[in-house]
Amino acid sequence: MTVLFGQLFTGVSIGAVLLLIALGLALTFGQMGVINMAHGEFIMAGAYTTYVLQQVITAAGWSLLIALPVAFVVAGAMGVLLETLLIRRLYARPLDTLLVTWGVSLILQQLARDIFGSPNVQTRAPDLLTGNIGLPGGITVANNRLFILALAGGAVVALTVALRFSPLGRRIRAVVQNRDLAAVSGIATARVDRTTFFVGSGLAGIAGVALTLLGPIGPTMGTNLIIDAFLVVVVGGIGQLRGTVIVAFALGVLQATGEYLTTLSVAKVMVFIAIVAFLQWRPQGLFTLRTRSLA
Amino acid sequence: MTSIRGRRILAGALTLVAVAAMAACGSKTTDGNTAAGVSADISGDTVKVGLLNSLSGTMAISEVTVRDSIMLAIEEINAAGGVLGKKIEPVGEDGASDWPTFAEKAEKLIREDRVAAVFGCWTSASRKAVKPVFEKNKALLFYPVQYEGLEQSPYIFYTGATTNQQIVPGLDYLKAQGATSLYLVGSDYVFPRTANKIIKAYAEANGMKVLGEDYAPLGSTEFGTITNKVKSSGADAVFNTLNGDSNVAFFKEYKSAGLTAASMPVVSVSIAEEEVKSIGTQYLEGQLTAWNYYQTTPGATNEKFVAAYKAKFGADKPTSDPMEAAYVSVHLWKAMVEKAGAFDVEKVRGAADGITFEAPEGLVTVDGATQHIAKTARVGKVGADGLITEVWNSGQPITPDPFLKSYPWAGGLS
Repeated sequence: MTVLFGQLFTGVSIGAVLLLIALGLALTFGQMGVINMAHGEFIMAGAYTTYVLQQVITAAGWSLLIALPVAFVVAGAMGVLLETLLIRRLYARPLDTLLVTWGVSLILQQLARDIFGSPNVQTRAPDLLTGNIGLPGGITVANNRLFILALAGGAVVALTVALRFSPLGRRIRAVVQNRDLAAVSGIATARVDRTTFFVGSGLAGIAGVALTLLGPIGPTMGTNLIIDAFLVVVVGGIGQLRGTVIVAFALGVLQATGEYLTTLSVAKVMVFIAIVAFLQWRPQGLFTLRTRSLA
Repeated sequence: MTSIRGRRILAGALTLVAVAAMAACGSKTTDGNTAAGVSADISGDTVKVGLLNSLSGTMAISEVTVRDSIMLAIEEINAAGGVLGKKIEPVGEDGASDWPTFAEKAEKLIREDRVAAVFGCWTSASRKAVKPVFEKNKALLFYPVQYEGLEQSPYIFYTGATTNQQIVPGLDYLKAQGATSLYLVGSDYVFPRTANKIIKAYAEANGMKVLGEDYAPLGSTEFGTITNKVKSSGADAVFNTLNGDSNVAFFKEYKSAGLTAASMPVVSVSIAEEEVKSIGTQYLEGQLTAWNYYQTTPGATNEKFVAAYKAKFGADKPTSDPMEAAYVSVHLWKAMVEKAGAFDVEKVRGAADGITFEAPEGLVTVDGATQHIAKTARVGKVGADGLITEVWNSGQPITPDPFLKSYPWAGGLS
């Protein structure tokens, strides 16, 4: 029972990490159709932001809290820069975008190596987040996992509200559903693209802050995560946040269950097989956006 | 992306191994002369040695420190007049964390630079890749890292620990502490799997229970499930053979699950001072490691070594076991050459047995039969300052036994 609950919680928290990473991609890849291979390096930028802030503000709790908005802006700004300088010029050429952003990701990794050195750096987690909460029956819930779950939940709510109710959200949805019609209706699609990219990349930065609580902080930390995040968005269905959320948690629980019953490597294979089978059945993903657009 | 790259590397490695194997067979069936004709170039007033370490790629973090300490040893020897009156001239090559590259560079060092010996390699995969190259060319490699044992090449000197000088003493220590059950966690490749085979045989013979055994793919950073399994197993201790980034994620998870060094200690065999720095003492304090050397190992020789290293490479740079073993390997080679009175590989090998050196870790002795060295085993505890202090040692150097022939329980292993 204890183990069962522990595994369920592990699965949900793997899902929360996946979700946090995939949310940004759901915007840039899901809504705009841009395959940004450098997304993982924005996560890295967020993690290093936490590290740098901690050199200045030594109180671990405060530096982590302050790192959240700062990492959002830092990663977001990097995203805007990438969009303005490169991706904008390649909107109709997805394959070129993929190659160019992969190149950018390699450059950013090397940049991190040159600035911070190739060994991992470490941040101090606030004491509150290294402990756990004990529940009746010997069940424990790790605080850092709870924090990430809350962070992912908060990000989903904020993003959903923003997309549904704010004027900017309406413009983003309009551009996603029918770019040409949005443009002739007077929406500055280029500016909307830039904003979407800012928010999507910024979310990667927040994911980076969260990951400092779980894993290593190094130049290549983003590359391990980016494939899983792309899978979540593809399986969830392009252009839909709902699908991303459901699939992130489903894959997390599937992964944790598989890991428990078999081994980590076999669990990974199981997840991949499940995804391939699912995409055979529903190539468009879990949810699809119905539009009147011809494209 | 990663998987495609991985597959390519694998394909490359397989091709190269195949080619190397064919080349090795070829030279055996025709005649030995073509391959064995290379000897060290000692015509000038210097003698060249090869330095083969990864200066780029994923292993660079660790291997650069080994390169540094080899350079330190060479500098010391040159300052004291060199070897047989000749100054050592180092020829550095970058193995780039890529096993076929290691084999290629080894071939280049031996055949083009005509070095007298090569110092380097870290992972077992890189050692296995260069082994046929050294055997074919009858050239010498000094390998400075602890490894999984069960190997003995006539052209390799192993100056790191084999299993009976690190893993077995680590287990002895746990047993003495009263541990009766273990949980094994490791990365999914040759070293942890072989090590765990040995640990299981040991446990069976010593009345210890192995309650579980889990492997994570190299680079894996999600340890929720493993930690959960470890915790619910209620084992007395965890034996950790994880490598690289996985350690960071594992220890963070371990701490937030409420597991501590007091409730369930972890003994690690791949975490030295450098790794402690990158994982964070917050997560490691009180946990155990098994090695042969720590920066804090007492003795004037070590004080001198640490001071010299810090003076040359920076006060914040810790010294660690593999670095020390690499430093020692250069001095051992010098002693062998001087005893042999020649740089000739066969003469050096012949002179190796019984060579001693007052190393930072204490007295080490070369065992000519296995070409490993007798070393003292040490179990250490990570302190709040990030350094490791010894809590137990074997009292005297342990004779190397790479195939564990002197341990009855290890009969079925090799």
